[in-house]
Amino acid sequence: MSDPFGQIGQFFLNLLTGLGVEAGLASFLLKVAGAAALATGCLFSTFFLIWAERKLLARLQDRLGPNRTGPFGMLQTIADFAKLVTKELIFPSGVDRPVFLLAPLLVVMSVVGIWAVVPFAPRFIASDVNVGVLYVVSVGSIGTLGIMLAGWSSNNKYALLGAFRTVAQLVSYEVPMVLVMLVPVMLSGSMGMVAIVEQQRSMWFVVLAPIAFILFYITSLAENGRAPFDLMEAESEIATGYNVEYSGLMFGMFFVAEFLHAFTIGALATTLFLGGWLGPGVDRYPLLGLVYFLGKSAVIWWSIIWVRMSLPRIRIDQMLALNWKFLTPLALGVVVVTAVADKVGPAGTLGRTAVQLVGNGVVLAFTLLALRAYAARLRNRPTLATPPAASTSLGAPAQ
Amino acid sequence: MTALQIVFLIAAAFTLLSALLVVTRPNLVHASLWLIASLAGVAVLFVLLEAGFLAAVQVVIYIGAIAILIIFAVMLTRRVMSDSGPQVNRNWWGAALSALLIFGGLLGLFSQVPAVGSAFPAAIANADGLLEDLGRSLVDVNRYVLPFEVASVLLLAAMIGAIVIARPAAREEGEE
Repeated sequence: MSDPFGQIGQFFLNLLTGLGVEAGLASFLLKVAGAAALATGCLFSTFFLIWAERKLLARLQDRLGPNRTGPFGMLQTIADFAKLVTKELIFPSGVDRPVFLLAPLLVVMSVVGIWAVVPFAPRFIASDVNVGVLYVVSVGSIGTLGIMLAGWSSNNKYALLGAFRTVAQLVSYEVPMVLVMLVPVMLSGSMGMVAIVEQQRSMWFVVLAPIAFILFYITSLAENGRAPFDLMEAESEIATGYNVEYSGLMFGMFFVAEFLHAFTIGALATTLFLGGWLGPGVDRYPLLGLVYFLGKSAVIWWSIIWVRMSLPRIRIDQMLALNWKFLTPLALGVVVVTAVADKVGPAGTLGRTAVQLVGNGVVLAFTLLALRAYAARLRNRPTLATPPAASTSLGAPAQ
Repeated sequence: MTALQIVFLIAAAFTLLSALLVVTRPNLVHASLWLIASLAGVAVLFVLLEAGFLAAVQVVIYIGAIAILIIFAVMLTRRVMSDSGPQVNRNWWGAALSALLIFGGLLGLFSQVPAVGSAFPAAIANADGLLEDLGRSLVDVNRYVLPFEVASVLLLAAMIGAIVIARPAAREEGEE
């Protein structure tokens, strides 16, 4: 049982070659089948994820949540899915039909595609490409394209407004997110996901780079478009934005992509900062790695839902100011400090951790000082004499 | 024919077809979508050449940044849905000639490459090492550090210029 996933692959390879398929073609077919199985598994897992999220949301709001269909309401999502599938796909007049159809596919593809490089357990990864982190960034950027096309092709002003907000938000928050993803890359000396996990054997990167982890968490929330960053589909302002004209299964695909993305953030944060599948006894029983990985991801995923229920939506100027005036400079500072501390610091685990923590402490101290100066400047601003209605549209406090 | 060759033929045909549709579609948004498809096809070709880094960079830069910028600009253009002007103007033959010349020049250059005659491209032994070599050569004083730094200064200048242009003049703010 040292390598169960390799044995499964070998079994199917033997089966195919036993049936008289040529070896090269057999391994190609196996790869296609593996990709299909992984993508289908991801999409099927959203049945459970949506149910679990609705249940958690309900508990956080002191409600019961779905509890009629099946045990604990677990079949509720399947009933909802059946309803969505049987609904008519409505094409409003003036929509750009091929683009309208393409947009939900791109959005789902960008989320499912990320799972191709997520290491679930030792030797259980779809494709360990040597530029895994860059691949995650590149696939994620396709989702932005999909949302924008959905908003544009709908021929609806609310959809277009939602798309514009989306571009402003997703493209902006991608900058600090990519910057802090450089921190685990620098600490591990590799962009491959498996190498990043292996390098965390001595110490998880969340200990070495706590600020980078928090920045990654915040920017990922924004990339997901969840509260408090849900102004691209603000129901009360622009009528759910980019997907307002979608119905039936096409709307369901946006829905699935969003719910799966929340868990994907957990998986990425686990891989990059929380040691992935590492844990006690994982070298003897690789299947234990899957448990550790899913457990850590679920903790992050649960905290995302908690944040979603707790915080109100921020305004668009606050959203942009937070990103460009706070997160991006802080991410640049963290990257520089991590690089310098990693280069000048000692090589041992303890020394390295100490140096990185001192570096993070310096960054934290400077951040707090800057925030204090900013707050003091806001307090002393001579705008109190003007009526409050005139001053709300200008430089609002970002934090 | 191996699976790799079949995938290559499909990807190459897809890239060329999309490139053709970019210049023939009357709708600007559709044209830019076909441009994205063509660039994605190039990314697939990079993957087939075991250049995963270049493929990822191709998607990040061309699809993630440049194509979104193009679509954004097109969307902000007025009456883009009803725009159906003529596809070619008087200078079409000049464009065709220069495209043909570049194609011929590239073909001539590639025929000099020694690997062209070999029947099947050999697999690269150490793809990770090549990527590391690329990274090191960009910061090596004896190799490409100067072009790398000049490019970054150019980008910085462009960024500052964009900020200066976008920044409202101090006087206008008072007049409003």
